Amino acid sequence: MNFAAIVQDQSSQAEAVLFYLLAPITVLSAVGMLLVKKAVHSALLLAAVMISLAIFYILNEAPFLGIVQIIVYTGAVMMLFLFILMLVGVDSADSLVETIKGQRILGIIAAVGVGGLLIALVSRGNLGHRFFGLEMANGEGNVQGIAKLIFGQYVWPFEVVSALLITAALGAMVLAHREPDSDKKDQRALSEDRVRQNSQPVAGLPGPGTFARHNAVDIPALLPDGTAADLSVSDVIAARGHLAKPGDFKFIETSDDDREGN
Amino acid sequence: MNPMNYIYLSCILFSLGAAGVLLRRNAIVVFMCIELMLNAANLAFVTFSRMNGTLDGQIVAFFTMVVAACEVVVGLAIIVTIYRSRRSASVDDARLLRL
Repeated sequence: MNFAAIVQDQSSQAEAVLFYLLAPITVLSAVGMLLVKKAVHSALLLAAVMISLAIFYILNEAPFLGIVQIIVYTGAVMMLFLFILMLVGVDSADSLVETIKGQRILGIIAAVGVGGLLIALVSRGNLGHRFFGLEMANGEGNVQGIAKLIFGQYVWPFEVVSALLITAALGAMVLAHREPDSDKKDQRALSEDRVRQNSQPVAGLPGPGTFARHNAVDIPALLPDGTAADLSVSDVIAARGHLAKPGDFKFIETSDDDREGN
Repeated sequence: MNPMNYIYLSCILFSLGAAGVLLRRNAIVVFMCIELMLNAANLAFVTFSRMNGTLDGQIVAFFTMVVAACEVVVGLAIIVTIYRSRRSASVDDARLLRL
């Protein structure tokens, strides 16, 4: 056995160890997904399955797909699922009442039958029992190889898929759009109402009095006829009883003698 | 290691997803099981790609991922719309075309 074969054998053994560690976890998570009652637990178990699938992709010499799997599936898709779960109601547990008689038994039989058929057919087919390996295809790097195929041979499907993405985004917007069912007044209607009713000053409340000697906020402004405008002082100050009367600050005539006396 | 192990795992995951679609009632869980089936198919594609020494299988898996993302977006929008009109995400309750 030469050195290359030994290395190949060892890497295959390492891969086998990782596979036999991860495969049971994946299958158990998938089974748990069917058995748990709450949808959130299902979502978390599905995330576990997807992360182990990403590891399998990287193991299968598809590092690009492995990373995309983690970013797109466990990142974006599962986030979307959890978001909708929170929107619909986290504790919406499944009802365990059978609405169709015998559906559960038939469902289990059908699923086991599909699985058995698939495994039996695949194992009998002559698919080859060793890896050809992607050393040649991945020679320039996995991402470069995939890019060459996507923008070369598969460029038309790629463009069609982009159209599909845009259509899906538009479809989601149309489906999720809802006309407001209560005619809530917008800002324009509110301001028009305010002018029409004339219940409060349209131009806002008047400022407090600004006298030559005193311009604190506790003095009401004077209206043209000399009366105090109560609206010009904040209600809080009025309630505290700190309101000063405009009469207290009337201009007092001072003679020149008084000034000189100072 | 025998590459068929990956294919067997993919078959098991696919049938588990199918079982989920048949057995569960919550529309969101049914949807997650469909995602599981798509992912199982992806694993088979990636394994076949390595078995045959070409990258075409990985390209197909890549396209499957994009289509699955589109499907999730529209499907969840439909679920939210149904939930809005019926206040329920159970597939049993949505059995009439009218409200």
